[in-house]
Amino acid sequence: MIEIKLLPLVGSFAENKDEARRLRLVELVPAMEKNEEVALDFEGVDSATQSFIHALISDVIRRFGSDVLDRLYFKNCNKTVQGIINIVVTYVQEAG
Amino acid sequence: MTVIIMKIYLPNSAFLGNIDPFLRSFDPTDPSVLEVTSNPRWISIHPVVICMVAALGITVEPENIHIEKLEARSKHYLERMGLFSVLGMDSNIKIVEHEPAGRFIPLTIVKNSKEQSHVIADMIPLLHLKPQKAEPIKYVISELVRNVLEHSQSPRGAILCAQFYEKSNTIRIGIVDTGIGIKRSISASHGVTTDMEAIRLALTPGITGTTNRIGGTEENAGAGLFFIKSIACASRDFFMLYSGDAMFKLLKRGPSAKRIILNTNPFDDRHSTDPHLPYWQGTVVGIDISLDQGQEFTSLLEILRTVYSRAVSEQKKMKFKKPKFI
Repeated sequence: MIEIKLLPLVGSFAENKDEARRLRLVELVPAMEKNEEVALDFEGVDSATQSFIHALISDVIRRFGSDVLDRLYFKNCNKTVQGIINIVVTYVQEAG
Repeated sequence: MTVIIMKIYLPNSAFLGNIDPFLRSFDPTDPSVLEVTSNPRWISIHPVVICMVAALGITVEPENIHIEKLEARSKHYLERMGLFSVLGMDSNIKIVEHEPAGRFIPLTIVKNSKEQSHVIADMIPLLHLKPQKAEPIKYVISELVRNVLEHSQSPRGAILCAQFYEKSNTIRIGIVDTGIGIKRSISASHGVTTDMEAIRLALTPGITGTTNRIGGTEENAGAGLFFIKSIACASRDFFMLYSGDAMFKLLKRGPSAKRIILNTNPFDDRHSTDPHLPYWQGTVVGIDISLDQGQEFTSLLEILRTVYSRAVSEQKKMKFKKPKFI
């Protein structure tokens, strides 16, 4: 499993969409294309914006389908980060 | 010869609840000269008003800005918020700092993503908030600045400032740009004819100027302003969005309104509008966030998840083709 630690990349408040986009294109999409499992480790990340999480994962779910969530893991998320991820995962699947 | 100038009058009081006369009095006739007059006795104004003056002022050469002599204490406040500095003017005022950082964020201009990250990290400690209370403030400032950087096309970036008001235990925030405005931004993907209709769409979940696809693109969900209005709604406080000639204002709700209802159509909220204001080239956002409200940010996120996904689903169904029964 590939593990990506977000804290050194985005700090304790994950709001930088440019970094989210880079992570998606350089790390997440290639890993998903190779059928790898990926864990996004949010340890030390206190909060995130919806636009950051959207830029990070929405296209991954749209491109690979919701089954991708069986091999994309969200590790060490506090309640706020979980709340934002839940919102994005729900509406991306709802919009189809 | 008649000299036409851009005029702005700072009244005795202009907060989001009573800002309408101030907005109506603003005269954007000629953007090359700015004249600022004020109530001679005292001015007490929301940060969004300071942002508007700064936004207009930075488009004008400093020698073409005329600020009428202000009452001493009010002038000190504008100096402390950094207005004269942003306008490139010397106020000749010496401020004695009572503490290293008061509970305010002075006028700050953000022009790119890197600056935004630094500003967010640096500014929140200025408000001296507990981490739990700082969450919605960080969230609101970050998303609003991001909106300006991504959608306004303004080379001058986002102009913001904020102030903590001890008596009401409220943070008041203003974020302003002089970019293309909401109507032109939304028009790229949606047919809109008025600034008010553009504002309504911008506040509707799932609608973004970057695509006509409900739910947005890989970069934009069309959620930002809806989330921010929802944070104001949960705080039972004011939120104002002004662009072009139109203004939408979410009104304050009393403590008796216990249930939080997040409407996907902003016109279903308790609100006021004005579709005939002087034309603001760009977008103005003002928001008040009460720190007294017990609503946890995480609880609000759970409500948002339900409301937002239902709205996206409904919007999508509205676009379904209907069978033709012949």
